[in-house]
Amino acid sequence: MKNSLKQLLAASTLALATIAMAQAATDQTLVQRGQYLARAGDCMACHSAAGKPAFSGGLAIDSGHGIIYSTNITPDKQHGIGSYTEQQFATAVRHGVRADGTNLYPAMPYPSYAKVTDDDMHALYAYFMDGVKPSAEQPPATSMRFPFNMRWGMKVWNFFFASDKPFQEQAGWSGEIKRGAYLVEGLGHCGSCHTPRGVAMNEKALDSSDSKFLSGGELNDWPVPSLRGLPRWNEQDIVDYLQTGRNRNTSVAGEMTAVVEHSTSHLQSDDLKAIAMYLKMLSPTPGASASVKPQGSEATAKKLTAAKDLTLGERLYLDNCAACHFVTAKGATRIFPELDGSTVINADNPTGLLHVILAGARTPSTAKAPSILVMPGFAHRLSDNEVAELATFVRQGWSNQAAAVSEHDVARVRAKLEK
Amino acid sequence: MQTITNDEVDVVIVGLGWAGSIMAIELAKEGLKVRALERGPDRPPEDFAYPKPADQYGYATRNKVFAKPRDAALTVRYNTQETALPTRKWGAFAPGTGVGGSGLHWTGVLIRPTPTDLKLKTYADHAYKRGSLDPDMRIKDFPFTWDEIEPYYDFFDKVCGLSGNTGNLRGKTQPGGDPFEGPRSNPYPLPALHDTLNSSMFAETAKRMGYHPFPNPSANVSQPWTNPYGSQIAPCNYCGFCSKYPCLNYSKASPQTTILDVVKQMPNFDYRVNANVIRVDLHADKKTARGVTYIDEQKREVFQPAKIVILSSFQFANVRLMLLSGIGKPYDPITETGTIGRNYAFLSNGGATLFFKDKNFNPFVTAGATGEMFNDISPGNFDGASLGFIGGAKIHSSQSSGAPIGTSLPPGTPGWGKGWKEGMVDWYGRSMKISITTSCMSYRGHYLDLDPNYKDPWGVPLLRMTFDWRQNELKLQRYLRDIVLNISKELKPDAMSESFLALDSHWDITKYVSTHNVGGAIMGDSPKDSALNRYLQSWDVHNVFVPGGNAFPQNFQANPTATIGAITLYAADAIKKYYLKNPGPLVKV
Repeated sequence: MKNSLKQLLAASTLALATIAMAQAATDQTLVQRGQYLARAGDCMACHSAAGKPAFSGGLAIDSGHGIIYSTNITPDKQHGIGSYTEQQFATAVRHGVRADGTNLYPAMPYPSYAKVTDDDMHALYAYFMDGVKPSAEQPPATSMRFPFNMRWGMKVWNFFFASDKPFQEQAGWSGEIKRGAYLVEGLGHCGSCHTPRGVAMNEKALDSSDSKFLSGGELNDWPVPSLRGLPRWNEQDIVDYLQTGRNRNTSVAGEMTAVVEHSTSHLQSDDLKAIAMYLKMLSPTPGASASVKPQGSEATAKKLTAAKDLTLGERLYLDNCAACHFVTAKGATRIFPELDGSTVINADNPTGLLHVILAGARTPSTAKAPSILVMPGFAHRLSDNEVAELATFVRQGWSNQAAAVSEHDVARVRAKLEK
Repeated sequence: MQTITNDEVDVVIVGLGWAGSIMAIELAKEGLKVRALERGPDRPPEDFAYPKPADQYGYATRNKVFAKPRDAALTVRYNTQETALPTRKWGAFAPGTGVGGSGLHWTGVLIRPTPTDLKLKTYADHAYKRGSLDPDMRIKDFPFTWDEIEPYYDFFDKVCGLSGNTGNLRGKTQPGGDPFEGPRSNPYPLPALHDTLNSSMFAETAKRMGYHPFPNPSANVSQPWTNPYGSQIAPCNYCGFCSKYPCLNYSKASPQTTILDVVKQMPNFDYRVNANVIRVDLHADKKTARGVTYIDEQKREVFQPAKIVILSSFQFANVRLMLLSGIGKPYDPITETGTIGRNYAFLSNGGATLFFKDKNFNPFVTAGATGEMFNDISPGNFDGASLGFIGGAKIHSSQSSGAPIGTSLPPGTPGWGKGWKEGMVDWYGRSMKISITTSCMSYRGHYLDLDPNYKDPWGVPLLRMTFDWRQNELKLQRYLRDIVLNISKELKPDAMSESFLALDSHWDITKYVSTHNVGGAIMGDSPKDSALNRYLQSWDVHNVFVPGGNAFPQNFQANPTATIGAITLYAADAIKKYYLKNPGPLVKV
């Protein structure tokens, strides 16, 4: 009898241990799913600063009305969010309200995160509590100018501009498009940059029901392309771009470089394909894409090849750009961007192009495309006038059709670089 | 004196050039904790972003990315009767330093030896009458068969995006390629580079004369290429800054463009630069190494414990480290005992420069490997036995650079002043070369050991090189001269100059030939006369592997990089498949 009791005890202990192990395994899966979703939300982009522990905050974001410093979202109980309940966590993520009731500034894209499902919120919470290392880092305090330092004012802003609508699919969407919409409109918060903003810095639209959604605009003076329909790209081009920072005809530059490096390159191919399908479904923004006329392309290539009676811009192109982008402006597949018909080159606002010419660009090293390919900056080599002439040529050569660039435009971008 | 000890790693790699980078990625992929120690600085892409490398004086004259003689000199003499003197300035060869090693500034000719080249001793025994060759010659077979090594050549071709024409696909001769090449399992990954005028003229004439020219096999790639590791190489734009330059266009296969961005993503790999390894530290029984000692950037001595040591620095630096560490027994040319230092070999070059008043060769539109060559004069493809020598050459017309310093001018043109300037105006771009790159046999008296007199800045003895030309190599030169001059005459130049070795020539260390130094720690079938087994494993200290040109028992006419890549991959595979499971000597004798 004794013996059998012992056996029974042993057996039940074993059973308990097995259950505990199963529990731990599930939690680990949940934490991993949360980690993946944190990648999709690119939480790291704002909540990590160079040289500081991951998610410990401190990144300075110039709002135009003062500096916002991102917060420590590690599970440290004092400096981070370690004491948040799941409900408090969800409220902060979805509605921009902290556990102490004060409002966050909408640099935190809570109007988009409002669409995150309860399931995903649960996984995110599990990750930030159990998958992230606590850090006692105390980021600097946000210093907004009056009246923006009145955080309660955000309650008014939220009333007018934020949405707490959960994610809504539209009739006729396939499972894939629905998944793509959920990622783009929700965690991906693509609209934060790609949807034009209104007078109060509010995104003019928060989902696909409005044609202003993802229709492009400007951000920190950069032209931001419309993502609607992406007429020049097919689905695979979009997947390649998000997965590797490069595709058949272009490479990533500017702010998007970090988004690819830290967020989209970590997403599964299925999710990227869903995103691509969703974006391709949106009706294109009129006038947001250059039309390529092959006739014009050939004339420019021929003139550059002959190298007779060149303008200053043409001569500078041959001396500085043709080595990689070639006289045809075709570049090389997945390596050197094609300049003919390029969105950033044909944008009304030349700032993005000028920035790349002056400061250069580098592809991120991603799992699927590890090569870091650097375009050098030419700020040290070319004067404002030379960059203006070069940029004007590039914007008007081949089949490109954009307005000339002035020396003044270049000086303005250069001044920002040197800050 | 020892102040710092690092955390232990599974594998320490000494030297992050081609061999080190291959070992790094292959062993890191296996999950091992790998750390590379590089003597020179880091060389990130920003350092050679367009148009920085287009600077002939900086890179080609002042040797910007080469080791400084102060850090890497050796001493040289012709024979054991002389006192060797140090190389205070690079001449005949110039080793690289820094991440990427010589793989960053090589020309990019990626050619395999033939199956006969790999079994040269067997060929000599069969084709030459006993006693007809120099009795001091010590040539040997490579310790593997063509079929065993070919898959590794094939993989390395893909790593580099080899561009050119296939000559022998699985035993079937292909038009346009080298009919003498060994059977390859796959065609060249990419088509050949475009020919320049000189290469077309040369190829056409050589073909008419019965030779079999084909485009130089090139690692300056002809089209965008993604290699098996996922790295991207850009199409070459023919800027002509290759040999002695890092490529400004991501177009030349190098550790940087083919491997390093991938291995740097792996959390189990890291590397230290300005870390000068001064010895391998052995356990008391001398059967295994326990790590390496290096001098770091702050001149501190650091011990790096490791389970496996890979010596993958330059050929003679590997040999020196083995000698300094007591790995194997130093070679003695008198008694012919010992293995470390034996079978050192170099190579010779030469050729004719042809001047044409009415031709413009556009020399500045070119790639390092641009050109055509033929392999008809390599062992087994012609009757060397009746000529009294063994060996051969690539005979080629290459146009590797249009950079102006050192432009060839017709005989009689002044070397400076007004006459030189006029000569430059009249003749720049109006000449082409027909060149030879030769084999070089190994001999009893050609070897490497530690110099008794000269030391480096850390008080460590320099390596001493004992080498000179032998009649075998000089006879080969004279034979090749006849062939080159015959082809040259067919081309009917307006003027011509030539540069070949005479039968009484000594080795000239002041004039650049090529950095294809080989041997000194050779691979072989027996620990009696080789330092390494077929897996580049030290016969004496089994957790030390020594990939590099040091493993070649003699020099063939093919450039060495393809073979260094192949034998390193072969060794990496053996470490993964056999050594990790059962650490110990991989070849029993």
